[in-house]
Amino acid sequence: MVRILPQTKAAAINPLKSSQPLGAALAFLGVDGAIPLFHGSQGCTSFALVLFVRHFKEAIPLQTTAMDEVATILGGADHLEEAILNLKARTKPTLIGVCTTALVETRGEDCAGDIANIRLKRREELAGTEVVLANTPDFDGAIEEGWAKAVTAMIERITRPGEQARQSKKIVILPGWNLTVADIEHLREMIESFGLKPVILPDVSGSLDGTVPDRWITTTYGGTSIEDIRELGTAEQCIVIGEHMRRPAELLQRLTGVPYVLFRSLTGLKDADRFVSLLSAVSGAGAPAGVRRRRAQLQDALLDGHFHFGGKKIAIAAEPDQLYQLASFFIGMGSEIAAAVTTTDMSKILEEVPAESVQIGDLGDLEALGAGADLLVTHSHGRQAEQRLGIPLMRVGFPIFDRLGSQHKLTVLYQGTRDLIFEVANIFEANRHAPTPEALDPLRKREMPDELRSSPLARH
Amino acid sequence: MSSLRAKIQDVFNEPACEQNRGKDAKARKEGCSKPLTPGAAAGGCAFDGAKIVLQPITDVAHLIHAPLACEGNSWDNRGAASSGPTLWRTSFTTDLTELDVVMGQGERKLFKAIREIKEAYGPPAIFVYPTCVTALIGDDIKAVCRRAAEKFGLPVVPVNAPGFVGSKNLGNKLAGEALLDHVIGTVEPDDAGPYDINILGEFNLSGEFWLVKPLLDRLGIRVRACIPGDARYFDIACAHRARAAMMVCSTALINLARKMEQRWDIRFFEGSFYGITDTSEALRQISQLLVKKGADPEILGRTEALIAEEEAIAWKKLAAYRPRLEGKRVLLNTGGVKSWSVVHALMEIGIEIVGTSVKKSTVEDKERIKQILKDDNHIFEQMAPCELYAMLSEHKADIMLSGGRTQFIALKAKTPWLDINQERQHPYAGYDGMVELVRQIDLAIHNPIWRQVREPAPWDCQPAVREELPSTKSETATLHVVQEFAGTTAGDFGGC
Repeated sequence: MVRILPQTKAAAINPLKSSQPLGAALAFLGVDGAIPLFHGSQGCTSFALVLFVRHFKEAIPLQTTAMDEVATILGGADHLEEAILNLKARTKPTLIGVCTTALVETRGEDCAGDIANIRLKRREELAGTEVVLANTPDFDGAIEEGWAKAVTAMIERITRPGEQARQSKKIVILPGWNLTVADIEHLREMIESFGLKPVILPDVSGSLDGTVPDRWITTTYGGTSIEDIRELGTAEQCIVIGEHMRRPAELLQRLTGVPYVLFRSLTGLKDADRFVSLLSAVSGAGAPAGVRRRRAQLQDALLDGHFHFGGKKIAIAAEPDQLYQLASFFIGMGSEIAAAVTTTDMSKILEEVPAESVQIGDLGDLEALGAGADLLVTHSHGRQAEQRLGIPLMRVGFPIFDRLGSQHKLTVLYQGTRDLIFEVANIFEANRHAPTPEALDPLRKREMPDELRSSPLARH
Repeated sequence: MSSLRAKIQDVFNEPACEQNRGKDAKARKEGCSKPLTPGAAAGGCAFDGAKIVLQPITDVAHLIHAPLACEGNSWDNRGAASSGPTLWRTSFTTDLTELDVVMGQGERKLFKAIREIKEAYGPPAIFVYPTCVTALIGDDIKAVCRRAAEKFGLPVVPVNAPGFVGSKNLGNKLAGEALLDHVIGTVEPDDAGPYDINILGEFNLSGEFWLVKPLLDRLGIRVRACIPGDARYFDIACAHRARAAMMVCSTALINLARKMEQRWDIRFFEGSFYGITDTSEALRQISQLLVKKGADPEILGRTEALIAEEEAIAWKKLAAYRPRLEGKRVLLNTGGVKSWSVVHALMEIGIEIVGTSVKKSTVEDKERIKQILKDDNHIFEQMAPCELYAMLSEHKADIMLSGGRTQFIALKAKTPWLDINQERQHPYAGYDGMVELVRQIDLAIHNPIWRQVREPAPWDCQPAVREELPSTKSETATLHVVQEFAGTTAGDFGGC
């Protein structure tokens, strides 16, 4: 049983977390014609915006209610209304996704009430634009929670409730935030290859995949359409990826009766097999030749790659579901988890992480716990630990600002697992140390049998 | 909060600010930050501004007392460089949780955090930044800092600039106030000399101050403190013993410059290290100020000799770019860099300026730009993204120089772009920096990708092939198409 160790430091050192409203904004960015709006001071938005831009290398639509001192004292309802109306007039979005910040939540503002009033009062002006609220104070949660709250809020607000006639080929996918653009594209192709019609919410593959449109657009272009969100209830089945997406899936089921199946991870042969079996069962079709071929390629990658993984000590810092996804992947390849650090203790998945303990913490903890590891696995901010410890860093999650193309990296199903195996093996290859007589001298550093017993896999 | 209010009023009243001089007392009191429009605002908050100014102090631990977003979303994100300590890049935040906020544990957590940092890192000082939430819940940051300083025996400096009080620029100035109140003048140097200067508002982005410092070294001028680029706490604490100062980024730290002049009689001038003539002028003014304060006047001659030598080299290097860049049209969309000086150098090698933003430029700058450009139409306060996009996609400029905020407007319009703001990869200060800037412009404009990305897709421009392909049932027709295709790309298909 994994032990979950709470944070005991007063000063977080090199945060692992990105904030909850940022996660919510990311989810809203997966909707076509959308613009997320932070309800807080302009800095809240500016920081998140800069981070998004550094990660995606894209112009990101994101706005602020620009709370100033007066609004902070008197309340921000007027700023919220003005911001919504301004956005509507200027950019004509289909969706304004309001994400609250610590500032307005500390004030205890009734944002849901405010928005209800605004919708009522401005019904005509706001026609054709959905205004959705996610309560996402920064002092709580991180990306996972924010993302899930935004999806839940969209389903609650937009999806038509009640049992409806089902379309037998229609599948709803609720992906966790940790799936990349490439992952979403690959999922869609996989599902379509079974003759099924996927509706994916949110769909960042349509909006954050980096394209060059032929005009200047101030909202997202691409992503899930509002109409599709409205019609989620006509699907035959919902497939959910990541424990943090359980809440929106449960809500969808409660509202419309669409049943869901939850995959904690789609990485690794076993989970990919489960997924393919499910698609077969729902569609009544066998796995297409291409899928079978991908599976065989993964088998071969497992064979070729496992030499590099066996006995390796891996230190991972990631949000709960991604931590589970990656830890399971490395364990499945014969590595050990030397350190597992995550953002919050709110996720049930932490109990399933295949590690001795999971530290709720920051990259300072990763650096302390991962000192003897062979590989660090976290986002770009791990680069300082990489330098100080002299241990290679595999960049995953958000933000990745010092490498290009992270959104196009595949991490799920047969093909994504294959790619991950190659990526890790290549990192080890690139960091191989040539043998030296000193390092191999049997008399220099003799390990005693009891040390050997404690960690038989840890020898190289 | 009331002391913060007074501080903000004081900053708004800054008499040295050119904008201010043109205002009456009432307008001045209202402050210089324009009210923001909700839903149409851009830019950082006061906390952002304060941190930008102070964070490049390399050996200090910067502790952000706030819920996660303020620091978690923004740390280690600027390109200032350090020649030694790395502590400034380590992020410290109290990461307040809901429980901390509800239970009012903020102050205790902050105190504990200061202790942990002191014990684990032993920095020469800790800077503490409250933000919106900790200001709102009324944490007494000053008191905590004072007690911690006594208890742990190191300077603990409160930087009071919560986000909601205003803009990034206001935060810049509040950071200057924090240095004045708590740091500068707290240590007496034992080596003060007649050639000591301060450089204010230089951030050492991409290490670019290192392109200038050797010139000062060569003249025997010592930089007592560069604030904040590559600074150490001790240098800033001793900064009051400099004889003269240069203020580089005018709007950011003008209050600091003026108050240092008032308190310690350190005369300053506004200058820039961007552009050749500006760099020369800066060196000249530094020497002149030092001489006024008692330095040996022979330095003036040496300065002129160095300027002549360096300018000659730089112009010679720049001339080499003339054949490649003459007639190229540049759109300058930034206020951060003193535009006119760069403009002058670019025009000198035959580059045409098709427009420049003067959003952050002073009145004087605007006048100079007007004289240089001769056409007012080329000068704009700020351009809306869609206008900018339209202008660029109609190829009205060969390159845009701007900050990251407008980067994708240029790129999506398939127009070369060069970052000349804080995230830039290359140092542009001094003589060599100007040459580097022109080299980067050349590289950007002449990159072969531009021809490629502007090329229409085959299905948009080759109706013949498109028509032919679906009907290529007959073998001869297929062969014909393939041959044609192979012919155009023979190099790629060479072996097959």
